[in-house]
Amino acid sequence: MSALKEIKYTGGGSIQAPPDETFILNLGPQHPAAHGVLRILMEMDGEWITRAEPVIGYIHRMHEKMGENRMYAKFLPNTSRIDYLAAMHYTQAFVGVVERAAKIEVPLRAEYIRVITGELQRISSHLVGWGAFVMDLGGFTPILYAFEDREKILDLFEHICGARLTYCYHRFGGVCNDVDDFFLSGTREFVPYMRERLKMYRKLVTGNIILRKRLEGIGIMDAEMCRRYGATGPVLRGAGVPYDVRRAEPYSIYSQFDFEIPCYPQGDSMARYLVRMDEMEQSLRIIEQALAKIPEGPILGKLPRVLKLPAGDYCYAVEAGRGRFMIRLVSDGKDSAYRLKLRTPCFSNLSPFEEASRGMILPDALALLGSLDLVIPDIDR
Amino acid sequence: MIEFLTSEPVLAILRLVIYLVAILAFVGLNAAYLVLAERKGAGWFQRRPGPVEVGPWGILQPIADGLKLISKQTIVPPGTDGLLFRIAPAMVLAPALMCLVTIPFGDTVMGMPLVGRNIDVGLLMVFSFGSINVFAIMLGGWASRNKYAVISAARIVSQNVAYEIPMLLVVVTMMMITGTLNLQEVVTQQAGGFWNWNVFRGVWTMTNPLVPVTFVIFFICMLAETNRAPFDMAEAESELIAGAFTEYAGFSWGLFFMGEYANIVVGCSMATVLFLGGWQSPIGTVPASWGALGSLLGVGFFFAKMYALIFVVIWIRWTFPRTQFYGLLNLSWKILIPTSLFTLLLTGALLTIRSLL
Repeated sequence: MSALKEIKYTGGGSIQAPPDETFILNLGPQHPAAHGVLRILMEMDGEWITRAEPVIGYIHRMHEKMGENRMYAKFLPNTSRIDYLAAMHYTQAFVGVVERAAKIEVPLRAEYIRVITGELQRISSHLVGWGAFVMDLGGFTPILYAFEDREKILDLFEHICGARLTYCYHRFGGVCNDVDDFFLSGTREFVPYMRERLKMYRKLVTGNIILRKRLEGIGIMDAEMCRRYGATGPVLRGAGVPYDVRRAEPYSIYSQFDFEIPCYPQGDSMARYLVRMDEMEQSLRIIEQALAKIPEGPILGKLPRVLKLPAGDYCYAVEAGRGRFMIRLVSDGKDSAYRLKLRTPCFSNLSPFEEASRGMILPDALALLGSLDLVIPDIDR
Repeated sequence: MIEFLTSEPVLAILRLVIYLVAILAFVGLNAAYLVLAERKGAGWFQRRPGPVEVGPWGILQPIADGLKLISKQTIVPPGTDGLLFRIAPAMVLAPALMCLVTIPFGDTVMGMPLVGRNIDVGLLMVFSFGSINVFAIMLGGWASRNKYAVISAARIVSQNVAYEIPMLLVVVTMMMITGTLNLQEVVTQQAGGFWNWNVFRGVWTMTNPLVPVTFVIFFICMLAETNRAPFDMAEAESELIAGAFTEYAGFSWGLFFMGEYANIVVGCSMATVLFLGGWQSPIGTVPASWGALGSLLGVGFFFAKMYALIFVVIWIRWTFPRTQFYGLLNLSWKILIPTSLFTLLLTGALLTIRSLL
């Protein structure tokens, strides 16, 4: 082992000189389980992790700074690049904070469209998270089934806004294109289709004994730990806290819909997995209700010619695919923000990893990492 | 001259040379086309077409892959143990080739059994050479001086130690039932329809009513021994990148791949020979009057059974997630070893009672 220890590790983490009988495993930034450019320095004793330190910043793009030196409308496309798997939610948050500050009225039809696209986005985001998670556990097939379903959602999105990944569909005061019969009937057909698929996934994947053995009781992050690190979304709900921004601080028209907040008290990887599976069903319920009630009318409210926000401090939070995404915007009355703070869920969800992974073996730690459903650009912003 | 050429020792050597060449070609083609089968199979399981670009139906894909691997440089990274690093790939493939020498593919043709060497300890030889494979992967991982490779090497040793035991217990059970180590004889005993195959015969002749369970144990152990999913601990790519093969490039990596598929072929052949009647027809017996044609039919039956098992191996890989390492060891030590020991004792007891009656 001496040859292994001589290699010097520089830069990044604080783990430098391993004590005897342990070694440093550098996982990432190019590792199949890192889902991007996450780097984790692990101090290992055999296959047991004594300490794991995530090293982030490999895809830092200064989105916050960019928000300060360009006009609000010009920053709008940036928001869909932060978490590219939940672009609709992020755009909605930015549009929401500007609307709240400028007191722009949003037409009801636009709000319904935002809810429908937002919930479709949640399903597609969870599908990718689910497929990639099972792939981390060595099951390759589910991700291709998930992508087949996601493709149907992306086709619908492409039809209304032209983009398949980084949509810039929301506008201040509404959305940019009206939805037509193709989108609405396509979504109506998608709901029962997806219900059948979810039933199949439950039978084929969730009930699999190997999967359950690898997830149940492994990677416990309890409610107390989640609170300390500020973890939200499926991670927090998997720890038994029924916190959902759509219910806790209702935005848009979510208070009009009837849906449940799936919540599992175990706090293990399986709980986080099940929360996501149940949330897809709840999203389908919301879509169904919204489709039944969507009114006719305009899709864009009245906007001032030059958008300047009154000086002040504004906040707007949404329940994004991975948890609570909040934008805090400080305006000094000019046409761009004085300070823009993006509170991203993945950063907070990754933070407990160091504590939670202590004493685990490597495959379990990577299962835990997969259950957090991280999107690395969302951590680094 | 003719007399000399047809004398027994010359014929034996000739047969051996033909067999070695044939086996090399067989293993090479199998490795190449099993990769294609695996990728096609994976494609179908995952609702996509699989490889289609090279040749019609992707049929030339393995040749393109092979050419690419051969033309690549074999990189020996600085800091590695050069000798062991180079030997390891060959040590994966060579034992698998040795194993294939003793496996009977068919009945006798013109007085010659269709087997490289019809030796009386064939069964023993297959399993003694088969266990060299783990040694090679361990050496490869160790010589790489890569931490992922070293972890993989440590994993594969404990995995193979754990799975060799139930596998050999199962083989001993089968040896007690058949009463021979000669594989040709093992197959000959199972003539006359699928109910005479070892996997069913034990049930109704009451030599061992648990033979189907033994077969399942053998198959699971075979998966673990060949490092196939869901027991692909050595190569777990979402954990260890490529495990012991992380530092290998070019054809030395290709040899590991060939070795893996050759080992699958050996494992599935052994399952066919020991449990599924080898080259015996599933219905009745092929009449002796059919001669060489009947033997060819037997070879067909053998390959049909073997490739059906290989399909199951591929099917399992693309269906199940990977087991966790300690769960894998628990499965072996807590379930497979006690069960196989019990079947061994049961067989012994039943055979003793039969001999007393």
